[in-house]
Parts: sequence; C-alpha cells; structure tokens
Amino acid sequence: MTTVAEPQTARETAFVDNDLHPVGHGRMLRKEDPRFVRGRGHYLDDVQLPGMLHLAILRSPLAHARITSIDITAAQAHPKVKLVVTGAMLAEKNLAWMPTLSNDVQAVLATDKVRFQGQEVAFVVAEDRYAARDALELIDVTYEELRPVIDARHALDPDAPVIRDDLKDKKDNHIFDWETGDKDATEKVFAAADVVVTQDMAYPRVHPAPMETCGAVADFDSVNGKLTLYSTTQAPHAHRTLYAIVAGLPEHKIRVISPDIGGGFGNKVPIYPGYVCAIVASLLTDKPVKWMEDRSENLTSTSFARDYVMHGEIAATKDGKILAIRTHVLADHGAFNGQAAPVKYPAGFFGVFCGSYDLEAAYAHQTAVYTNKAPGGVAYACSFRITEAVYLVERMVDCLAFELGVDPVELRRKNLLRPEQFPYTTKTGWVYDSGDYVATLDEALRIAGYDELRREQAAKRERGELMGIGISTFTEAVGAGPRKDMDILGLGMNDGCELRIHPTGKATVRLSVQTQGQGHETTFAQIVGEELGIPPADIEVVHGDTDQTPFGLGTYGSRSTPVSGAAAALVARKIRDKARIIASGMLEVSVADLEWDKGSFRVAGDPGKAVTIQEIAMRAHGAGDLPEGLEGGLDAEVCYNPSNLTYPNGAYICVVDVDPGTGKVTVRRFIAVDDCGTRINPMIIEGQVHGGLADGIGMALMEMISFDEDGNCLSGSLMDYLLPTALEVPAFETGFTVTPSPHHPIGAKGVGESATVGSPPAVVNAVIDALRPYGVRHADMPLTPSRVWEAMQGTVQPPI
Amino acid sequence: MQVTMTVNGEAVTREIEGRLLLVHFLRDTLGLTGTHWGCDTSNCGTCVVLMDGEPVKSCTVLAAMAGGHEIRTVEGLAAGGELDPVQRGFMNCHGLQCGFCTPGMMMTARALLDRNPDPTEHEIREAISGQICRCTGYKNIVESIRWAAAEQAGVRSTLEPMTVGSAS
Ligand code: FES
Ligand code: FES
Repeated sequence: MTTVAEPQTARETAFVDNDLHPVGHGRMLRKEDPRFVRGRGHYLDDVQLPGMLHLAILRSPLAHARITSIDITAAQAHPKVKLVVTGAMLAEKNLAWMPTLSNDVQAVLATDKVRFQGQEVAFVVAEDRYAARDALELIDVTYEELRPVIDARHALDPDAPVIRDDLKDKKDNHIFDWETGDKDATEKVFAAADVVVTQDMAYPRVHPAPMETCGAVADFDSVNGKLTLYSTTQAPHAHRTLYAIVAGLPEHKIRVISPDIGGGFGNKVPIYPGYVCAIVASLLTDKPVKWMEDRSENLTSTSFARDYVMHGEIAATKDGKILAIRTHVLADHGAFNGQAAPVKYPAGFFGVFCGSYDLEAAYAHQTAVYTNKAPGGVAYACSFRITEAVYLVERMVDCLAFELGVDPVELRRKNLLRPEQFPYTTKTGWVYDSGDYVATLDEALRIAGYDELRREQAAKRERGELMGIGISTFTEAVGAGPRKDMDILGLGMNDGCELRIHPTGKATVRLSVQTQGQGHETTFAQIVGEELGIPPADIEVVHGDTDQTPFGLGTYGSRSTPVSGAAAALVARKIRDKARIIASGMLEVSVADLEWDKGSFRVAGDPGKAVTIQEIAMRAHGAGDLPEGLEGGLDAEVCYNPSNLTYPNGAYICVVDVDPGTGKVTVRRFIAVDDCGTRINPMIIEGQVHGGLADGIGMALMEMISFDEDGNCLSGSLMDYLLPTALEVPAFETGFTVTPSPHHPIGAKGVGESATVGSPPAVVNAVIDALRPYGVRHADMPLTPSRVWEAMQGTVQPPI
Repeated sequence: MQVTMTVNGEAVTREIEGRLLLVHFLRDTLGLTGTHWGCDTSNCGTCVVLMDGEPVKSCTVLAAMAGGHEIRTVEGLAAGGELDPVQRGFMNCHGLQCGFCTPGMMMTARALLDRNPDPTEHEIREAISGQICRCTGYKNIVESIRWAAAEQAGVRSTLEPMTVGSAS
C-alpha cells in the first residue's frame, strides 16, 4: 500500500522510518475502523434523543438589506411547530450577537440588517425535520435592499456602503492593517537587485466542505441546569468556554460532546449561529433540539477559506540568488471577522511567506476588509493562512525562474536553506526548527525521474503536445502554540493529556483534542504504547467529550501531534518515572540501577531480574508497601506548552497534461515527499497526505466560491462547487525524509495540512510550465478548462 | 401511505409520508444510521445503498418508490457476522479516515465486484466517481477494493492482513 520507493543509497537508508518498531510507532491498522466499516459510527445526525425536536433556519436571500418586518404568525400556527424565534426575540435575551474567534461580533439572528446572502434571520423548531422546513416557508420577511460590497478592491472606496454600522462609530469597511518584516531594509535590497519580478495573483475563496455538514443537538436539563451539547466541533473545550461566556451558563454545567466527525478541515472550528440557536431552542422548549444544516447552508454560510488578492515581488541576482520577497495582500473577511487565528496574528501565520529560502530581507503588508459575503476566513487545512503564503512564494520563485530562463529545480536548489542553518530565524522572525530541504527535494526528483520527465516534455513539445512539470518546496508552521505568544480569545493554546494505568496494566488516555478522521484513537495509543511498552491494543483513547477529558484547544492547524502528541508522550514519561520508583521497591535495588527496556525495568547487569509495567501497575494499585512517600495508583496528567512551533516541510512534483484543443488539465502524476519529523504511523501519514493532495488539486483546478455582483453565491451546491472525484486525481506517489523536531518530545512535527498547503502551487506551476509555448507566466486558480484556454489566448482575467 | 420493502433481508412495513426520502426512511424511521446524507443535489454519494443489487443514491429515491424492492445497506454487508471482503479491504488498506463516505463507497464496491470480480484501477475509479471522499484522496479506496477483489478470488494478497490494534 505504500509507495515509498526502495532506498537506494546509504544516505536514503537513513530516512527509512520506524515502520518495523515492535511496539508503538509503526504501521498499524486503525482502532476506529471496525465500527465505521459496520456502519456503527456515531455522527451528529445519528444522535436521537427521546422527545427530540428539529430546528431549521430561515436565511437571507439578499446580500445586504435592512429588515423592515418579520411576520411569524403563519409559521407559529403550523400544527407541528413548537417555536419560532427572530433576532428581535433573541435581542431581548441579549443573545442576538455572539463573539467571533477574532474579537469581532457576529449576529446569531439578524436584528437590523442582513449582511450576506445566507445569513440567519429566524428559526423554527418543529416535531420533525420536514415540518420545520415547511414552516420556514410561512415566515414573511420584508427587506429594504441596500447596495452590497462584493469586490474587496472597492470595499474601501469613499462611497462604499458601510456594512458594519452595528459597530460603534464604524464609518468604513476596514478591519485591520498588518505588517511584518523590515520595510526599509527590503526596499534597499530591491533597489539594488539585478532582477525584480512582480506578479499579481489571487487565491480565490474556497470551502472546506467536509462530507458531513455542521450541526448540533442541544439538550438542556432544566432540573439540574446542565446543558449537554453534541456538536460538530473540532475544539470542544474552547467551545464550552465560549458558550459559558455567551450564554451566561456556568462552565461546569456545560458538557460539549463531539461525536464521530465526518471531516473537519477547519470548517468545524468556529461556533456557528445554528449551534447557539439549538441551545436557545432547548432552553425555551425544555426538549432536546437538533439542528443539522443542509449542504447549501454549509457552502453559503459557514466558514470559507482564502480569498486573498496578492501582489508579489521577488528580488534576485542575475545568477539566481534570491535576495528578498515583498508582498501586499488584500484580505476579504466577509461580513463578520470570524477568522480563526491566534489573537496576536491577525493575518494568521502568513508571515512564513519567506518560504524555504535563505533571504536577505522580507516584508509583507496586509489590509483586511469587510464585504457582503459569508464570514470567516478560517483554516481550510491551511495552518492559519500558510497555504496563501506558500502559494505566493512558490509561485514567485517560478515566475523568477521563468524570467531568468532557468530550471525551477535548480533555482530552488541554489536557494534552499541548508541543514547547518537550523535553527533558522527568518527575516519575519519565525524560528524554523529543523529540516534537510535539499535531501527532500532530491528524494522527490528521484521518485519522479525528473530528468526523464524533462526529456519526455521536450519530445512532446516538438509534437505540439502540452505537458508540464511543477515543483513546490514548502515549509509549514504548525503546532500552535507557545502560550506567551499564542491564544484564541484569551485561551492559551496548550493541551492537556491524562493517562491512567489500570491495575491489570491496561491504560486509558484522555485527550483534549479530538479526531475528525485523523486516527487519534490509534496514533495516541501508539505514542503511549511506545513510551510505556504497553501494546496499543491495550490502550483506550478517550476524546471529544469535555466531561471526560482535560482542557485544551482542539484539533486544527495540524496541532494534535505537535501539541497533544507531546502531552501524551510526556504524561507517559511521568508515569514511567513513578513506575521506576515502584520497580526499585519491587526489585529491592536503587532506581539508579534500573534500566528501561520498553515495557519493563531491569536491573543493570542482572537481566534476569526485571518487572514489567503490568506488574508494576498491579503493585501500584495493590496491597503491600510502596517506596517511602509514594502515593498509590499509576495516573498522571500534564498540560503541554510548546516552546516553539514545529516546521514540517516537503518537496512536491506535479506532472500534468493539457489538452491544447480544450484547455483541460489532467494531473497525470503527483509525487509528494514529506518531512514531518518522527513518523508515528506511516500508514496514517500517507493517508493524510493523499487527502491533502486531492484537496490541493481541487483548489488548483476546480474549487471556487464565487458571487455575482449582487452578492448571490454561485457555488451553493456540490453541483456548482466542484470537488475532485476519483477520476480527477492520480494514484499519488509518496516518499519521506525524517529530520525530527529538536524540541518536540518525540520529534514529531504534524502532517495533517502539509499536502493541502504544498500542493496547489505545484499544480499551478505544472500547468504554467505546460503553457510555456504560449509564453504564459501566470494564471490564477481555479485552472478550469476555460481559464486555461483564455490563458492560451492571452485573455485570462483574475477570478476575483 | 403504507410502504413495504425488504431491508437487509427483513420485510418491513411502515406508515410514511409520500414525500419521505429513502435515506430518511432508513435513518430516521428504521434507525439504520450507517447510511449517510451529505448533499442536496445527488452529488456526494454518502447515501448509496443497493436496491435489488444496484447502487442507488437513497437521497434521490422516495421511500414509496422502494416499495416491493430489496434494499441492502452497510448494516447488511457483513453476512452472518463475517465481514465482507470489501469491509476487510477498507480496514486493511486504510480506505477510510472520517468514515463518512465509507458506507456508500463500500456498497458501490460490493455492487461492482458482484458484476466485475476483477476490476482494473480505472474501472474502480469510474465506479466510485459519483461519490466524493474528502479525506482519502481515493488512492487507498481503490487499493481497498482491489484488495477485496483479490481476497474473494482467493488470490493471496501481497499484503499480509494485519490485526487491528497491534503494530506490525
Ligand atoms: S446525499 Fe449526496 S448524493 Fe445522496
Ligand atoms: S473518509 Fe472522510 S469523506 Fe471519505
């Protein structure tokens, strides 16, 4: 099943991963799969509670309008309807607005105006889901239409309508200006450089579109005052705290359960109005209430991603030494600033746009604006805007190669950071932990057979066939993050882990993060298994329930392994330290004389004398004395605060064929070599990479949430928002290098988003390379047949 | 109205609304929640079940239309407690991540192997092309279905089966 090529040189042998480790890390089938293949997963819409009611939301058909009246009497009269609520009714309870993840506010139900098409206006609670939908038709809303702001480029025009007149003294659509790097130093380098290349590019709005849409079941128990909320959340603990703040419910009386989640990709990070509506409905009806959005609600109202208009500049010497990168970005955040990013990072981690290269200077400036579009600006598997940064730098490097007339591989090789430069501080202040970028690139070239591909391409060009080869050598920054720098709404980005070793030596590990398909029930058992020598099959992983797990910020930004994985390793080591003391008592030797041999302590020099971790566990809970001062039991808990982010990286090569008659792009091969540090379960890593590559191909070629000039969303269904199927993606070829993170307890870096981040520029670079005979230097995503065709005619326009 | 059909070998009769979709009949009326729902436009295929052995999107079939037919869902895939080769293939080849598309993918795979026991990679990709998986990038789904084909043909797979929960 793996496509890792056989190692061929002594150097590559060093990259052979830990596939064959006896216990713990290694290729291991997933513990969660037996229930899923039997159809016994338990997703949100599978939650059925006695007496449960169904909630449906009425949404705005207009992008920008004043609500003049809402008549709900007909809906209330529907025989199956229990409750109809409008924004005005929520306002009476002070619940009409809620905070976003970026310290803005967002309407739960519109009170004054609607600010994007699809905005929540009212909700109905009824006996079944069909009746709730029927009753929405009976609500009569009258609107006074306002001019919408759709093009971010015109959001700051003096005559642009003010979208957020709900904010005190707000007179324009400006959200923030942000800059990073040294502007003057960068200007000096640019002024003196031999070569300067500039390129405008857009990263269109896309949507994570997990196969399971978002939803919630709220169950308020009015007797003991406890709210149980099942919801599609990637961050159950953070959500609980926010509900406590918004709804004024005491935090210990809120239990958030994130059941099996049908994919997240960032879509399930924010709190959506629907969740709050379900809570309100349960409070008012004293019944469990389910809200499950449909696909068009998911695509038109929940968090989008990207939507950046970027101007890039790159400076270099004439022989191809890259000197500096500069960029100006216009960011469209929609009607409410709901971006999910650490508070001090309004532009997310876009600051890593220096990429994998050794630069003399760098500078970025960003302006973010409101528009009459769905709010958000969250991750779509992008590690907080790194996808945009990587796309910018990897496209700029290719534009430079184009102008210099050099091979993009050679240009990269000349400029990639060298192993001895790590830890490396970029010109924007990010401290890359480790990497061997050239070795990773070489491994990708070897798997691809790069020289042969270039020969094939040359031969095809002679025949008028269009074949392209695209490269991307990217660096990610994941595992947010150090609490001194990173918090979300004041909550430090740390994660807890609790581990109990039961008397018989079996274990339960409780995580603050939860899985949306990443396989935590398996990999976290492996991490603990590796540290304690307990077979992963004997370790139960508990997650996704705030009543059962320690506090932490959840799963997004590839942070589970870097943050929670570290917590799991450290809590196991804490247990091992205690086990050593117990073992010293059992074996009647000093702790210094004991050696750890994965799963047992042995007396040094007397290998026959040993106790297993299982025997130690029984002693810890059993009768008989323990060493002086030691409590019984074998449990521990930690809260991990990472000292730095981790920096996974990779080298990707995409091979495409373009039909000169139609402009249709076929991705023929995709080679991905990733370095995510220590590899816990290579099977799962490869799966994560495959999924991200399909995402990247989708974004590069197919996906875009677009709007007409009135703000009507043109991509509100899977018929219009095109996701790649099995026919649009090739059989991916993966490889790996391993440079462990020096500061992570097991050296792991996280990999969930690497492929989504790294693949779009490889695909676009490949298409542009294919169009070389037409002299095309750039065309924006999505590279649909018509856009490629226009590029060939020299008439292509930006998509936004 | 009343509808009678066979679901996973058992005859069921229920009083339903004429407009009830088969997917909701299976999930809400019968409690068979292994069949999922993921879109409004018949594009995602998370709802695929077999009707008289052929894959159908149960969001696009009225429960009333299924009257008199045989429906098979993921819950009926394992025969007598023994997992179908397709189910074992998906586990062995890491053909699922979040698992949401998986029941639909497996039902299509079952129907494919029933009429074509030795499909090529392209035939597999075509067969599942009406369905979307957002997690796996399809490669391991294709591998899973090939594994199942080899398994049921009695061809020893090059991949030794692994045990769930034990590292190899
Ligand atoms: S639910 Fe999407 S195709 Fe049936
Ligand atoms: S496994 Fe998640 S959608 Fe296929």
